[in-house]
Amino acid sequence: MKTKYMNPYLAGFFLGLVLLAAIFITGRGLGASGAIKSIVVATVDGVAPAHAEQSSFYGSYVGAGKDNPLKSWIVFEVAGVLIGGFLSGLISGRLKFVSEGGPRISVKSRWIFAAIGGALFGIGAQFARGCTSGAALTGMAVLSTAGFITMMAIFGSGYMIAYFFRKLWI
Amino acid sequence: MGPFVPEFISDQLNLIVALLIGIAFGFVLEQAGFSSSRRLAGVFYGYDFTVLRVFFTAAVTAMSGSLLLAYFGYLDLQSIYVNPTWLMPAIVGGVIMGFGFIIGGYCPGTSVCAAAIGKIDAMFFVGGGILGVFAFGELYPLYHTFYESTALGPIKVFDSLGISQGLFAFLLIAIAVGAFTITTVIEKKANKSSAPSLEFKPLKHKIAGAGIIMLGVVFIFMSSRQAHLTEKVKSASYGASHKVKIMSPDELAYRIIDKESSVQVVDMRMPEQFATLALPGSVNVQIKDLFGKELTPILSDRRVVKVVIGQNEEESKTAALLLQELGYENVAMLQGGLENFQRTILMPTIASTGSRWDTDVNTFRANASITISQMIADAKNRQPKVAKQEKKIQGGC
Repeated sequence: MKTKYMNPYLAGFFLGLVLLAAIFITGRGLGASGAIKSIVVATVDGVAPAHAEQSSFYGSYVGAGKDNPLKSWIVFEVAGVLIGGFLSGLISGRLKFVSEGGPRISVKSRWIFAAIGGALFGIGAQFARGCTSGAALTGMAVLSTAGFITMMAIFGSGYMIAYFFRKLWI
Repeated sequence: MGPFVPEFISDQLNLIVALLIGIAFGFVLEQAGFSSSRRLAGVFYGYDFTVLRVFFTAAVTAMSGSLLLAYFGYLDLQSIYVNPTWLMPAIVGGVIMGFGFIIGGYCPGTSVCAAAIGKIDAMFFVGGGILGVFAFGELYPLYHTFYESTALGPIKVFDSLGISQGLFAFLLIAIAVGAFTITTVIEKKANKSSAPSLEFKPLKHKIAGAGIIMLGVVFIFMSSRQAHLTEKVKSASYGASHKVKIMSPDELAYRIIDKESSVQVVDMRMPEQFATLALPGSVNVQIKDLFGKELTPILSDRRVVKVVIGQNEEESKTAALLLQELGYENVAMLQGGLENFQRTILMPTIASTGSRWDTDVNTFRANASITISQMIADAKNRQPKVAKQEKKIQGGC
């Protein structure tokens, strides 16, 4: 089925309104990587609570008196992203189990590279305290210096290395 | 005044709000085509600049909206979460994420959205993300010091650049519109044909671009709401046409001694002055505080008369007018400011005049001087009140 995406400027405008609503109502912007972190923290805490509490990284999120890391704003928001994305795919006829990639790459390799990319994003988002949504987009909207630096670093390094990874995409 | 967390939206309700905002976020991401890794990666190879368009338009929209809401007094920018800057970690983290973007073809938000419609590569990306964060957590002691280094706090980008907020807003808009124009040309070349068909006609794009640039120009000349209103109430014509209730020092002294709960003294002097001498039950407020939302509960009770005091008549009047201009009701100014209160009540010069009235006044003032001085001394000895209990909004990823 041929599907049509929204005009990017219109989509950007709507995305901006969603972000503005988040800022206006809750005082914080959008995010994504924080939910992944919450899942990791909750899992480690569930499997090895002693290890989690001793760790200087997980330790600040778990322990007595702390809410379950899954009961957080960002986890609910990302749960919403799953629902919203699904609904959009449903009404636009884009629900399909499929993998996407450049014309010169096998599906299996694409999966491996996707996982590596995800891992890098996970690591990078910890250093930068957020990903494209939480640090770069929201940070820019609230005029945070970190937001602009992170945005420039993401796209800057992306452009610098794009040539070397062109076989993945073109 | 927004944001409505934590005063009006409880932690529980906030989770529901999070879910709803997330649904809208996911829906828009998917409609924009961000559920396609090929489209996302296209921004780096020149064949599809959707990401850049959506991303910059969203940032400009949200920024402009926040600035306008703040200007008209609907949003307290001081209360919103501003991502703090850890300079070196932000750069290193961003560079690593750039690798992740090229190699993985998604970013975390878009991968969740893509996984929702069945993109298998996105599911691998999410799985990889979980492993990445886990690896980061396990090896955390190795780079703990670096992770916490170059902490600069929640600094704003225009301050970092040493320009005004409005000028920065304009520059960001100009850069965005410039980038939209240039990338459209690049895209045409990369695809060796016309750019992907857009629903908008080119003319509409031009009008929208011109409109947003005009808004940028407005931002340059838009002073802050605080500067604008402070200037406005100071002008002679404003002072002449706007009345403010006046409370005499005697009345205030009487009501202070009576410990009336329907009076709130709002002391607008400098904190140093306030530290030296503070009237019983008064709160020290700076002009910038009036533009936040922390004082709203104190100032918006209509049954309580807010007695505004400055050092002198002029200061008291300006501050009282400002409160009225901000929409607060039942505002009064202290006649002659604190100077006058000191002169007439705290250290009264008892003139020996004949009339009965004068004698009564003198007696009242002499007694008031003793009582209020005692109240001030008592208040000083007591544990100082915790001025502001700040409930900071948590944010970030």
